Amino acid sequence: MGRYVLRRLLQLIPVFIGTTFLIYWLVWSLPGDPFAGKCGDRPCPDAYVSMMQDKFNLNDPLVVQYGKYMLNLIQGDFGQNFRLQDVGTLIGNAYPNTVKLAVVALIIEAIIGLSAGILTGLRGRGFLDNLTLVSTLFLISLPVFVTGFVIQLFFGMELGWIKATVSAKAPWHELIAPGFVLGSLSMAYVTRLTRTSIAENKRADYVRTAVAKGLPQSRVVGVHLLRNSAIPVLTFLGTDLGSLMGGAIVTEGIFDVKGIGNLVFKGIIAHDGVVVTGVVALLVVVYLLSNLLVDMLYAVLDPRIRYD
Amino acid sequence: MRKPRWIAASVMPLALALTIAGCAGGGDDSNSGTPGGGTGDAGDPNGKLSAFGTEPENPLIPGNTTESGGSKVIRALWTGLTEYDAVTGESKNAHADKIETKDSKVFTVKLKAGWKFHDGTDVKAKNYVDAWNFTAYSPNGQQGASFFEQVAGYKDVHTEDPDGASGPQAAPEPTSKTMSGLKVVDDSTFEITLSDSFSVFPLKFGYNPFYPLPDSFFTDQKAFEAKPIGNGPFKFVSRTPNADITLARNDDYKGEGKPKFKDLVFKIFETNEAAYTATVAGELDFLDTVPASGIAGGKYKVDLKDRNGSTPYMGNQVLAFPLYQAQWQNVDLRKAVSLAIDRKSITEKIFEGTRLPADGWVNPAVPGYVKGQCGDLCTYNPEKAKEYLTKSGFKGTIELTTNADGGHKEWMTATCNSIKNALGLECTYNPIPTFAETRQKINAKQVTGIYRAGWIADYPSIENFMNQLYRTGASSNDGDYSNKKLDDILVKADAAPTVEEANKLYQEGERILAEDMPAIPLWNQTAQYGWSERIDNARLSSLRELDLTTVTVKK
Amino acid sequence: MTDPSAASTVAPAEDFVVAAEHVESNKPRSLASDAWHDLRRRPLFLISGALILFILLMAAWPSLFTSVDPAAADLQYSRNPPSADAWFGYDTQGSDIFARVIYGARASIIVGVCATIVTVLIGGTLGLLAGFYGGWIDGLMSRIADVFFGLPFVLGAIVILSSLSTTGTQNVAQIMFLVIMSISVLSWPVCMRIMRSAAITAKNQDYVKAARALGASSSRIILRHMLPNAIAPVLVYATIALGAFIGAEATLSFLGLGLRAPVVSWGVMIADSRDWIRVAPHLLLFPAAFLTATVLAFVMLGDAVREALDPKMR
Repeated sequence: MGRYVLRRLLQLIPVFIGTTFLIYWLVWSLPGDPFAGKCGDRPCPDAYVSMMQDKFNLNDPLVVQYGKYMLNLIQGDFGQNFRLQDVGTLIGNAYPNTVKLAVVALIIEAIIGLSAGILTGLRGRGFLDNLTLVSTLFLISLPVFVTGFVIQLFFGMELGWIKATVSAKAPWHELIAPGFVLGSLSMAYVTRLTRTSIAENKRADYVRTAVAKGLPQSRVVGVHLLRNSAIPVLTFLGTDLGSLMGGAIVTEGIFDVKGIGNLVFKGIIAHDGVVVTGVVALLVVVYLLSNLLVDMLYAVLDPRIRYD
Repeated sequence: MRKPRWIAASVMPLALALTIAGCAGGGDDSNSGTPGGGTGDAGDPNGKLSAFGTEPENPLIPGNTTESGGSKVIRALWTGLTEYDAVTGESKNAHADKIETKDSKVFTVKLKAGWKFHDGTDVKAKNYVDAWNFTAYSPNGQQGASFFEQVAGYKDVHTEDPDGASGPQAAPEPTSKTMSGLKVVDDSTFEITLSDSFSVFPLKFGYNPFYPLPDSFFTDQKAFEAKPIGNGPFKFVSRTPNADITLARNDDYKGEGKPKFKDLVFKIFETNEAAYTATVAGELDFLDTVPASGIAGGKYKVDLKDRNGSTPYMGNQVLAFPLYQAQWQNVDLRKAVSLAIDRKSITEKIFEGTRLPADGWVNPAVPGYVKGQCGDLCTYNPEKAKEYLTKSGFKGTIELTTNADGGHKEWMTATCNSIKNALGLECTYNPIPTFAETRQKINAKQVTGIYRAGWIADYPSIENFMNQLYRTGASSNDGDYSNKKLDDILVKADAAPTVEEANKLYQEGERILAEDMPAIPLWNQTAQYGWSERIDNARLSSLRELDLTTVTVKK
Repeated sequence: MTDPSAASTVAPAEDFVVAAEHVESNKPRSLASDAWHDLRRRPLFLISGALILFILLMAAWPSLFTSVDPAAADLQYSRNPPSADAWFGYDTQGSDIFARVIYGARASIIVGVCATIVTVLIGGTLGLLAGFYGGWIDGLMSRIADVFFGLPFVLGAIVILSSLSTTGTQNVAQIMFLVIMSISVLSWPVCMRIMRSAAITAKNQDYVKAARALGASSSRIILRHMLPNAIAPVLVYATIALGAFIGAEATLSFLGLGLRAPVVSWGVMIADSRDWIRVAPHLLLFPAAFLTATVLAFVMLGDAVREALDPKMR
């Protein structure tokens, strides 16, 4: 196991380089001049554009630019964006908000999804099962911005139960509504995956044995059934946390959460490779580490799985 | 059986949610207390007010800020030689005591005494001249440089890049760091000499690039960028990127418009919609732009009952022809398209009446505007449109384009449909994904379709709508329109001895545009704004910002 | 069996023989034909199948359902509610919503179905191979998937669609192809991971070990033993992904990158209704209802197929 972990950590390096280079190249190759839009509705003066291009090494070939950027990055300097703000500070302010939102969303989707999935998986066909199916389906088919907008309108503006927009410090309780919206799509996946998994495993021999042994229902489900059904669900939750931490542009936009999603989106629109690559570099590391954790968790949960 | 239950179960919550959302919109009257505006109460002098802001594109240096996010902060931090009246837009003296000229070529500016920067140093004539030279000097790369074009000696400090910014050649080094046309006479007087007489030049003085800079700017620019020092009604306190910019009242302010409250916070929102919901909920005190979702169906008047307003401002929207493309060079076709657009229906149905159909190329709020310059060509007339179309002999597809991320899809599609229905031609709307890409294509003269253009006055004068847009080679003349007759009139107008005579000539120039139709006037803009219950006497200035001199915070 | 009256006394044994004789061919039935026989009798499958056929019919021959031109627009009717002339009312431009919903089926279905198929093919194949072979193949594929995972969906979509398309020179098929590819390229890693985890579990089961001991080739093990057992979570994912992809298409249309006029899709209609939801909810209601119904039908189908295919559920 130790060797496996070490190998995975080493594999992190080429992936890191691969992703950051891919992103840098993609943003660089976006058509359009990054400074064209910075002067309102009029063309920017040539002097301004030339000065900015020099400042950001935009006249160097791509690989050289990338190299200079990475050298700074490894030393911890994220550089400056086209507004001449320090990217490191921007990310440092934005990322905790996104992480908080992602954790809230994950908790909500895990609790609701798992309980709904377990309930319906155990019961099999029936009204509750159909209702769950339909409501999860409903949440999937509505685009996120509609769900978000309706919830904000309803609970924020009309009923006043929640704050309509999240304040800059993003306290936990204000993140419940956006977390719900963000997690609504994944909640459906979790419910269905759990339901399927449980429904399959509930006919397995060891379950029958456990019931025959006279174990209480809670123990059968909690100890035996869940542990074996958990794997596909955990895979999903693990990958979901990774993608949630990648920021959710629409949700952050509706509730005005000052997180990574908006930072990256504005960076893309502004062709600001510094911001986008910086954020993605951080996300890649987080994501890969969380994947590693999930994979290690497989081995813990299912002793049949061995890594060599 | 099962199917009806499922379908019913899925449609019901949706219908329920939407019905409640739709019905409840009209019922929220919890903020019915205050009449809002004009009670004459002085309010709480130590009050705090939050206003909508967007993240400035550049560090807060006046000469480098021409976009709206930075401008509204700059205008709170600085006051220039003149300022623009909040209601009429007219230019009146602020820091300047007198601006005199005999020939509209040499201007002598006398400053009022006693004005200080926020760091305690005096605002002298030198500070103005140094700031203007810095902005004009091309290696500094300041966005506002071109505002000094008319000053004598500009060409010595500002050189052009021979092959444009994207070419490998660099612009030659300027021969001087200061313009010969700027001369400091003493601490409170300086002289401006223009290369040619230009009577409307003083009208520009209230705009950002003309603000003074303290000496500390020139010794340590980085420190200045972290903490800008101006001479205006507010001084800089702190700033969190992408979150807020905090200012506080300058108690030593010598100008007339002293603010009636203490703390001003520009809250930065990710989207306009989020700012709107915050205003409705009372979390934001002033919003200067109600988004389309609030204007739809007049919802903002209900959500923000007794705390909303609507006012025209000096901006318009046009559809411009890329005259470098062969198919648009036929003047009859251009006139046909203009006659085919039903401006009245579009402004009613798509804009809920928040746009006013245009009858000329100049905005009605601008001094120098005259009614009906476009004549019949800007009135919807399908029969006449078809006549012009047959005269032109055009049979292809009409293409409209603009940036997709600007929220223009609805009215562009409606305009396209109007053209299609009236002319019987196929019309397509092909957006370009981002604003930056759109600007780049426009700059590179690569646009093939009729594109959205528009103009917001930098300073209140008809000159601003003519010279920057329709003169041959003008900086914003993106369609490459060129008419010698017009150029000649504009030269005459620039040299006219008084503003009134100049305006008459500019108006003549506008009538030439009606003959050529290089751009189709669509409508004039109005701004919708709203505020929370905490404040009073809120109004939008002619520059489309919160009027900081009249607003009060309730006790 | 010559005497009918005599047959009844030996009925018990005969019944069992009779049942066996109903197998017409001598070959044992394959998994797929087993499934088909099973499916034919499930009401779930029949209903969803009918609904899907109906929607496909709508997509293929919209003129059967409406004679109104979906692109015809008259501002005078803007946002009028449903009435006898227009069953679903009019949208902001004054176009008939019923006609647009019918014509919109085609684009939405094509994008959703094709994107799902491509995603499942790529992700499923790679996941299966990674799970089965393990070792460095697994490592390599997982790392490649990780590289794509690092790409936020919006970034990837904007870049792919804006670098590869020059505005104004596209025809409908090209735009659709680009949208489908950009969705698939950015979504296959999820599918791959799910298939891989299911494949890893299946690989360690006894029946796989037994098959290997019996000398089965790799491809046989993968296709006949692992695939049917690993496919359930992927099928669940695929049916949900179909809906998500139609929604993703709406997001892309919203950003101005996806399908463009004159193509109509439900995603475009939903995105267009955004500003007017509070004022004219029927702009959202009808395309969303059709979208929900379609996704529902596919998920029902997916459920039925999965239950029929799953050998453990018999």
